[in-house]
Amino acid sequence: MKKDSNKKTSFKKQRLKYEEYFFRGVMLLSSCLIAFILGLIIYSILVKGVPSLSWEMITQTPKGGFYFGKEGGILNAIIGSIYLAFGATFIAFIIGLPISLYMNVWLSHKEKWVNMLRFILDLLWGIPSIVYGAFGFTIMILLGIKASLLAGIIVTALLILPIMIRAIDEGLKTVPKGLKESSYSLGSTKSELAFKIMLRQCIPGIVTAVLLSFGRAIGDAAAVLFTTGFTDNIPTALNQPTATLPLAIFFQLSSPIPEVKERAYAAAVILTSIILIISVLSRVLTQKYNKHTIKF
Amino acid sequence: MENQTKIKVESLNLSIGNKVILNDINISIPKNKITVILGPSGCGKSTLMKSMNRLTDLYPEMKVSGNIFIDDEDILHTKNDVTEIRKRMGLLSQRPYPLPMSIYKNVAYGLKISGRVNKQLLNKRVEHYLQQASLWNEVKDRLKDPASSLSIGQQQRLCLARGLAVDPDIILADEPTSALDPISSQEIEKKFLELKGNYTIILVTHILRQAARIADYVVFMYLGEVIEQGPAKEFFSNPQTEITKAYLRGSIN
Amino acid sequence: MLVWTLFLVVVPLFIVSGLLWKSSLLLENHTLKEIIFSSEWKPMSGKFGFLPFIMSSLWVTLLSLLIAAPICLFSAIHLTQYANRYVLRFMQPVIDILAGIPSVIYGVWGIIAVVPFVAEKIAPMFGVQTTGYNILSASIVLAVMVIPFILNILIDIINTIPKELTEASLSLGAGKWYTIKHVILRKALPGIISAMGLGLSRSFGETIAVLMVVGNVAAIPSGIFQPGYPLPALIANNYGEMMSIPQYDSALMFSALLLMIIVLFFNIGSRFLIMSYEKRFK
Repeated sequence: MKKDSNKKTSFKKQRLKYEEYFFRGVMLLSSCLIAFILGLIIYSILVKGVPSLSWEMITQTPKGGFYFGKEGGILNAIIGSIYLAFGATFIAFIIGLPISLYMNVWLSHKEKWVNMLRFILDLLWGIPSIVYGAFGFTIMILLGIKASLLAGIIVTALLILPIMIRAIDEGLKTVPKGLKESSYSLGSTKSELAFKIMLRQCIPGIVTAVLLSFGRAIGDAAAVLFTTGFTDNIPTALNQPTATLPLAIFFQLSSPIPEVKERAYAAAVILTSIILIISVLSRVLTQKYNKHTIKF
Repeated sequence: MENQTKIKVESLNLSIGNKVILNDINISIPKNKITVILGPSGCGKSTLMKSMNRLTDLYPEMKVSGNIFIDDEDILHTKNDVTEIRKRMGLLSQRPYPLPMSIYKNVAYGLKISGRVNKQLLNKRVEHYLQQASLWNEVKDRLKDPASSLSIGQQQRLCLARGLAVDPDIILADEPTSALDPISSQEIEKKFLELKGNYTIILVTHILRQAARIADYVVFMYLGEVIEQGPAKEFFSNPQTEITKAYLRGSIN
Repeated sequence: MLVWTLFLVVVPLFIVSGLLWKSSLLLENHTLKEIIFSSEWKPMSGKFGFLPFIMSSLWVTLLSLLIAAPICLFSAIHLTQYANRYVLRFMQPVIDILAGIPSVIYGVWGIIAVVPFVAEKIAPMFGVQTTGYNILSASIVLAVMVIPFILNILIDIINTIPKELTEASLSLGAGKWYTIKHVILRKALPGIISAMGLGLSRSFGETIAVLMVVGNVAAIPSGIFQPGYPLPALIANNYGEMMSIPQYDSALMFSALLLMIIVLFFNIGSRFLIMSYEKRFK
C-alpha cells in the first residue's frame, strides 16, 4: 500500500512540475506581451506621424478650414491644448491642494471622515469623462454659454480634480505621525505644519500629482468635445472656442483628404510625445527631489 | 551521554548586502528536547531558525554560507528536494497564519501534499492531530467552518495541529505566544512540554521567563552571534560571559 | 478649506440631479421599460429604444475583460512571485506609461493596427468578411487600455498578502506553484474579483477609443465581427444634432445618466469588496 501511495505521490509531483513550467511560460509571455504592445503602439504612432511632421505643421494653423483645407498645420491645437491643460491643472491645483492638506492635517484624527472622502474621490475618479462633458454641456445650455476655452477649462478641471487630490493625498499620507507630533510639540500651528513642513516633505509627490493631472487634462477628448468646440484659430480670449490636440486627431482622422489626415497623425505624435515626456519627467524629478526629504 | 545531536550548525554566516545578520554560528541542538534560542529583539534568532528549514531561500538578497547538518545530512548543500526537507520540520509563527480554507482542510493540507487522499484515513488523521493540539473538542462540530472564524489562541493551536500533521521530527516555533493572551500562552507551553518526548523542539523567544520555564537547552544570541550555549540549568545558574550576566540581570533588553 | 471639501461631496450629487432633470422630459413621455428594452432607435419619429446601445456596451465590455483578465492575472503572478528585481523595475514604467496614454491615441493605434489586423488576419480565419470596424476591434483596443489599470490593482492586492502565509504553506512541504494555486490565489480572490469589477466599470465608460473603431451602427450586434454602438459613443456622436430634434437631448442625457449609474454601481461594489478585503489584514 505504501509503495502505491509513493508512486502516486511522485506522479502527482511530476505533473505539478510540468504544470508549473507550462504556466511560468504563459506568465512570462503575458508580461512580455504587455511590454510588446506598448512598443507596438509607440511604433505605430511614430511611423504614421513622423513623416507628417514639419516645421510648417507645428507653426501654422490650418488654412482653408481644418476639415477640408490642405495647407497649414496644427498650431491651433497645440496652443489650444496648452492653454486648456495649464488652465485646468492650475484650477485643480489651487482647489485640490488645500483639500488634500485639510484631509491630512485638520482631519487626521477623524479617520472615518477621511476614509469616506477618499472613497468619494475614488468614485469621482471613476466617472467617465463623457459624463462630465455631457453635464458641462447641459449647464452651458442652461446658462446660454457658447462653446469656449473657459468652459473647457472648467469641465476639465472638474474631471482632473479627484486625480489631483488623490495623488497629492497619496504623497501626504506617507508623512509619519511622528513627524507631525514632533512639529506640534515644538509649538507649531496646524497651518504651519501643513504649509511649512508637510509641503516641503512631499514636494516630489505633489510634483508627480501635478504632472499626472496635466497629462490627463491635455489628453482627454470626451470632456472637451462638447465644451470647447473646435476652430482653426488660436484663441485670444477665454470666451472663444479653441482647438485641442485630442479633437484635432479625432476630427481630422476620418477625413478623406490625405493632407488633413496627416495633420491628425502629426497631432498624435505630438500628444504622445508630450505624455512620454511627462512620464519621464515625473520619474526624474521624483528621484532628484528625494534627496532633500527625510528618509524614514 | 544520553543526548544525541539532532541538528548541528557549523560556521553559518548570513548577510544581506553589506549587513551581517548571522556571524559564524556554531551550535548543536539535542534530540527530543526543548532548545530555546534566546536573545533581545533583532539579534538574528528568527533568521537562524528560518535558515534551518531553508525559508531563507525566499529572499534572494540573503547570502548564506556554512553547513547545517540535520541527522548528518547537510541541508544547505543537499541534492534532495527542498520541500522534503521542510516537511521534516513544523513551523509555528509569531502570529497564527491559518490558510484560507476550512479548519479540516488546514490540517489536511500537508497530508494531501504527501499524497494521502483516502477520505477515511484523512478523517482519522485530522482528528488525531487536532487531539494532539488539544483543539479537537472545540472544533469537532464545525470542521467545515473557515479557519479564520477561530479565536487567536485556537488558531495558534490549529497551526500546531497543521504542523504536526506532516509528521515532522522537529518543531520550529518563532515566538509562538507573543500574540496570545496569558491563558492561551500557558496552553501552548504545556503542549510543548508534552510533545518534547517525541519531537525536537526549537523555540525562539525574547521572554526570559518563558525560557526559564520550559527550556532544556539554551542558545543565547546577541547581535548576530552566539554568546553562550548549554543545558538550561547551567545557563541560568552559572552564566559564563559578561553579556549573558547583564542580560539575565535585565540590563540588556 | 472646509467649504471646498464640502463642495467635493456635492459635485456628484449635482451631476446626477442635473442629468436626471434633463432626462425627465424623456421619462415623461416613455416608460422605462420601453426605453431600455426596445431596439427601435428613430429619434425623428420619437422612438428611443436603447437596447442596441446597451447590448453593444455589454458585448464590448465583457469581451474586453475576457481578453484582459487572464493576461493581467498571469502577468501579476509572474511579476510578484517569479520575476527578479530588474524585470519589475522595467515593467513598472511600462505599466505607468500605458496607463497615461490618452484615449484618442489608443483610438489612432486601433485604426492603424488593430482594424486592419482584424479585417485581414482574424476574420478570414473564421471565414467572415468585415471592414474591421467591429466589436472585436473595439474589445481588443479596450482590453489593452484596461490592462495597466487592472494589473496595478492586482499587483497591490497580491503584495498585501503577508509573506508569513507563504512561509507557512512552504514549511508544510508545499512547492511554490502549489502555494500560489491553493493559498495565494485563494486569499486574493475577493481582491481579484473587485479588480475585475473596477476594470469593468472603467471599460464601460470608455468613449473615444471605442468610438473610433467600433463601427457605429445602431443595431443589436449579432456577432463579434459586427459593428456596434456602445452607450458613450451614442452620446459623443450625436451631441451636435441634440438640439434640433425634440427629446433627443433628453435621451442623450438619459444615456449619460444610465452610464453614470452603471459605472458607479460597479465602482462602489468593487471598492467595498476591496475595503473589506484589506480590513482582514489589519
